[in-house]
Amino acid sequence: MTLTEMAEQNKVILYGTWTSPYVKRVELALKVKGIRYEYVEEDLRNKSPLLLTFNPIHKKVPVLVHNGKAIVESLVIIEYIDETWKTGPQLLPEDPYKRSQIRFWASYMQQVSEAMVLVIKTIGEAQEKAIKEVSEKVKLLEAGLKGLFPDGIPSVHEYSKNVTLLDLVILAHFGGYEAQEEVLGLKLIDSEKTPLVVSCITALIEIPAVKESLNPLEKVVAFLKFFRENALKSATA
Amino acid sequence: MAQVTLLGAWPSPFVYRVIWALKLKGVDYEYVEEDILYNKSERLLKYNPVHKMVPVLVHAGKPIAESAVILEYIEETWPQNPLLPKDPHGRALARFWTKFGEDKNPALFGFLRTEGEQQVKATKEGQEQLRILEEQGLGDKKFFGGDEIGMADLEFGWLAWWLEVWSEITGVTLIEAESFPRLHAWIQRFKEFPTIKETLPDRSAMLTHYKDRRATFLALAKS
Repeated sequence: MTLTEMAEQNKVILYGTWTSPYVKRVELALKVKGIRYEYVEEDLRNKSPLLLTFNPIHKKVPVLVHNGKAIVESLVIIEYIDETWKTGPQLLPEDPYKRSQIRFWASYMQQVSEAMVLVIKTIGEAQEKAIKEVSEKVKLLEAGLKGLFPDGIPSVHEYSKNVTLLDLVILAHFGGYEAQEEVLGLKLIDSEKTPLVVSCITALIEIPAVKESLNPLEKVVAFLKFFRENALKSATA
Repeated sequence: MAQVTLLGAWPSPFVYRVIWALKLKGVDYEYVEEDILYNKSERLLKYNPVHKMVPVLVHAGKPIAESAVILEYIEETWPQNPLLPKDPHGRALARFWTKFGEDKNPALFGFLRTEGEQQVKATKEGQEQLRILEEQGLGDKKFFGGDEIGMADLEFGWLAWWLEVWSEITGVTLIEAESFPRLHAWIQRFKEFPTIKETLPDRSAMLTHYKDRRATFLALAKS
């Protein structure tokens, strides 16, 4: 096998959209483990033939293609990444019980995320209701983190070696919290009510590979404003 | 060996999934029946404060909730008779189909909870998902897991037993042998597999239970 063939064999491609936290989860995993990959930005209103070939069932992003084979579903992809590449931090620790807690909370984030999206898409009473839901769910998440980190989040230096799948998922959904605050005029997380969630994000964004993957604030603000306006327009249409 | 306890509710397919996994691996456990419809115990609320649901597995005093999470824990703690292949891509596929089941099960249950036009629609939606399962999930394999029962088989195991009961109650058949030959053959194989065969809820008791549940769903829908 030639060097070129070997390189092709190990080729990693990520199909995604920059606005999706589910794609971000996978991106963060690739970055913290130092895996080289090609990124393909998809237009979800005009999906590429390749995306449809690689994810015919759901036709969604993220899709990871490795050695020509597609893996779909963000958490499934991250477990695949963790099992295939032994560089960088181990995203799921050795202990089966800790693994189960991380999987539980990572899966729970889907519900938190859906509630957050509702906050962005609504106003008035509907939004009040959604905000309350997010607040309750984030409170539970905070308690879950307390169980995993009884002594608080470790220092950045220690942390970067022990980053887990759950940390990446939290960052993927809450990393844009400043933009969310600017657009919504309210805080979904803060250091008083959700100190562990905030410390987790703060520690993670100090890792160079993570820092470079963050989207610029203005870009996220512009997108969230557009997303919200569109949602409110279709709600009243 | 540390104590293994399973909090469950008869005849929940989510709970049976965990029971099958424990039995396939020969793990001894204590089963505790919870009344999840009318009277959840303090113990359940303590062990699963987030969802307040069964199944919950308690091992050496530590609780794990969510059937998919529990199955992964069981697989890692008791590696004999594996439910997942060794290669990462095979594992990713098994996990994909397990998640597919979690996401699509509501669509598949739909016909039990509806009537009239809504039921026709629910049946059609359910069959669309089954088509995907038939052609892409199962394909020409003996089981979803290949030659042996795997995690995805446990996820869909309810199709092999619960569906018949629901068909009898509603008069709706989701999986006809002619339209879904592979799934139909898999159903026979799965429910005849020795460990599974001995671990299926009593059919006539299920008929009574689900007739009742259907009546409740329909009444709720009307209110």
